[in-house]
Amino acid sequence: MIYIPEIVKSALSALSLNKVRTFLTMLGVIIGVFSVVALVAVVQGFQNYITDQFNSLGSNLLLVTPSIGNGNQDPSRAFMGNKLSVKNIDTINLYVGDKIEGATVSVRIAKTIKYKTKEYDSTVVGGNYMSYDVYGLSKYSGDYYTKSDDAREAKVVFLGWKVKEELFGDQDPVGQKIKIDNSTFEVIGVADSKGQTFDDRVYIPDSTLRSEFNIDTVSSIAVKVKESYDIEEVLREVKTALFKDMKADDFSVVTQKDVLSSIDQILGVLSIALAAVAGISLLVGGIGIMNIMLVSVTERTQEIGLRKALGATSANIGIQFMIEAIFISVVGGSIGLGLGYLSTLAVRSFLRATIPWWTVLLALGFSIFVGIVFGTYPAVRAGKKDPIEALRFE
Amino acid sequence: MTPVLQAQNVCKYYDLGTQRIEALKNVSIEIQKGEFVAIVGKSGSGKSTLMHILGLLDTPSEGEVILNGVNTKGMSEKELAGVRNNEIGFVFQSFNLLQRTTVLDNVMLPLKYSSVPNTEWKKRALEKIELVGLSERLNNKSNELSGGQKQRVAIARALVNNPSIILADEPTGNLDSKTGEEIVKNFLDLNSQGKTIILVTHDDDLAKIAKRQIVLKDGYVVK
Ligand SMILES: Nc1ncnc2c1ncn2[C@@H]1O[C@H](COP(=O)(O)OP(=O)(O)OP(=O)(O)O)[C@@H](O)[C@H]1O
Ligand SMILES: [Mg+2]
Repeated sequence: MIYIPEIVKSALSALSLNKVRTFLTMLGVIIGVFSVVALVAVVQGFQNYITDQFNSLGSNLLLVTPSIGNGNQDPSRAFMGNKLSVKNIDTINLYVGDKIEGATVSVRIAKTIKYKTKEYDSTVVGGNYMSYDVYGLSKYSGDYYTKSDDAREAKVVFLGWKVKEELFGDQDPVGQKIKIDNSTFEVIGVADSKGQTFDDRVYIPDSTLRSEFNIDTVSSIAVKVKESYDIEEVLREVKTALFKDMKADDFSVVTQKDVLSSIDQILGVLSIALAAVAGISLLVGGIGIMNIMLVSVTERTQEIGLRKALGATSANIGIQFMIEAIFISVVGGSIGLGLGYLSTLAVRSFLRATIPWWTVLLALGFSIFVGIVFGTYPAVRAGKKDPIEALRFE
Repeated sequence: MTPVLQAQNVCKYYDLGTQRIEALKNVSIEIQKGEFVAIVGKSGSGKSTLMHILGLLDTPSEGEVILNGVNTKGMSEKELAGVRNNEIGFVFQSFNLLQRTTVLDNVMLPLKYSSVPNTEWKKRALEKIELVGLSERLNNKSNELSGGQKQRVAIARALVNNPSIILADEPTGNLDSKTGEEIVKNFLDLNSQGKTIILVTHDDDLAKIAKRQIVLKDGYVVK
């Protein structure tokens, strides 16, 4: 009768005789599982980011971008020939104005915002007074800029939550002056917190941004469609309207959903590729286990012979070595999983990385699998040892 | 009466390249139940080889080994393991204890491969450890014992599964003569309890304790 706790106990005591070696053998699996888990968690983090983004912007957003995705054209045109302009807003308002809640250009530049001695690296987002509605912002204090602010290129800013926290703490910033490069702006309002990307922004009239920082390109145009209209239909109408301003090659109109789902797809492919690379490191870990187990079989020839002389069958010996291999890989896998989890905590401040439940199962399942696959050959070798050969071994 | 153990025309060859070493040549012996037999002979005469074959640790190149009337030739690996576990207690020349393992665990080892329920293991092992007088060293590791103590652990281990046959290959070889005598006295006691004992020794005085001597010379049985 073969008693399982007994085999586990003897596997443990065999492994504990050479702790350093056991640990080094485990290291391969630890690194393998850790890299699989960490990579999946990071990709998952990006996916979470996209979902958050999508949820906060709503599903009824159209984006007009300088042409992307029109396949058979010179890719350099995407950078060279940005034909988007502020004028497009008027065109859109003229033709589909009754079907949209608003449309705004979006000009984004990274800038350092200064308040007295404090500094914060933020994204300055230029848009018209409608951008408040288009982005679905809400006010924590003060007000957003108005149509007349747009018209007179007012030097006013509306701060994202995080920017306000970093520069002003608990103090009310409305009425205070901040500096971007060498220009001074008056804070007129603060947004409620709305997720990382939004909280890191500073909103300013695009007219002001263009004149102050000498920028004449428009990064994109965002159009918020009224809920009661079909977004695909409005998309076609916006496109038709913009043909008045530009050629078909110059721009494309996509829904926010399209953009996010294509990024999602890319991430999906990326995560499979990364997982494959990480899988290879797990394979290397498995080979390490096999290598050490084979050494161990040779070293323990005498022990094997003795056990067989006292009545152990080949299967008894094989199982004992198998359990040792599986133990190494499963403990290694669990440590790798733990480290993977710690790594998600480490990046938590900038990425909401999560470990999906299937990764946990996959990592542990794969560890057991590696233990079995790479433990089999050494176990069979151990089981096959002749008691007499083993006893003569010196 | 059927002999407990019987070797019929057993030969053992070792082929080393072009050279063939004949360790046993046509050995036929019979051992009756309850006998105390000594196997003697010069170094290299084939004593250990014969012991290993009788103990089913090794197979003869030719001839048969018959245990309790059953030819062992047709037995599977698993059946052989079972017989080694239940019927035979082996005491090796060089102790062969598990390294860095306690006396208790060493003695329990054969039980782990037997059909004895695990709740019985400790009780049985303790009995045999007491028999060889090592109750005080129960939890000492094998490397913390003297040579004579190690040999006594090996004897307790050979007895723990209550085998009917005990094979001992030079059990006193590494011991001083006084300790050797004590060990042999243990074997005598066991013999008086009905166990069949086969003892290999090069010490003629020890061999005389046995009721019968089998003398090997260059692989032949000469007496
Ligand atoms: N595996 C082997 N390969 C080749 N020759 C072997 C092998 N095992 C034993 N022999 C040879 O068989 C012969 C008998 O060996 P065995 O070990 O049985 O002798 P022994 O009588 O036990 O000697 P000792 O008293 O020294 O232990 C020796 O000549 C030995 O060299
Ligand atoms: Mg010998």
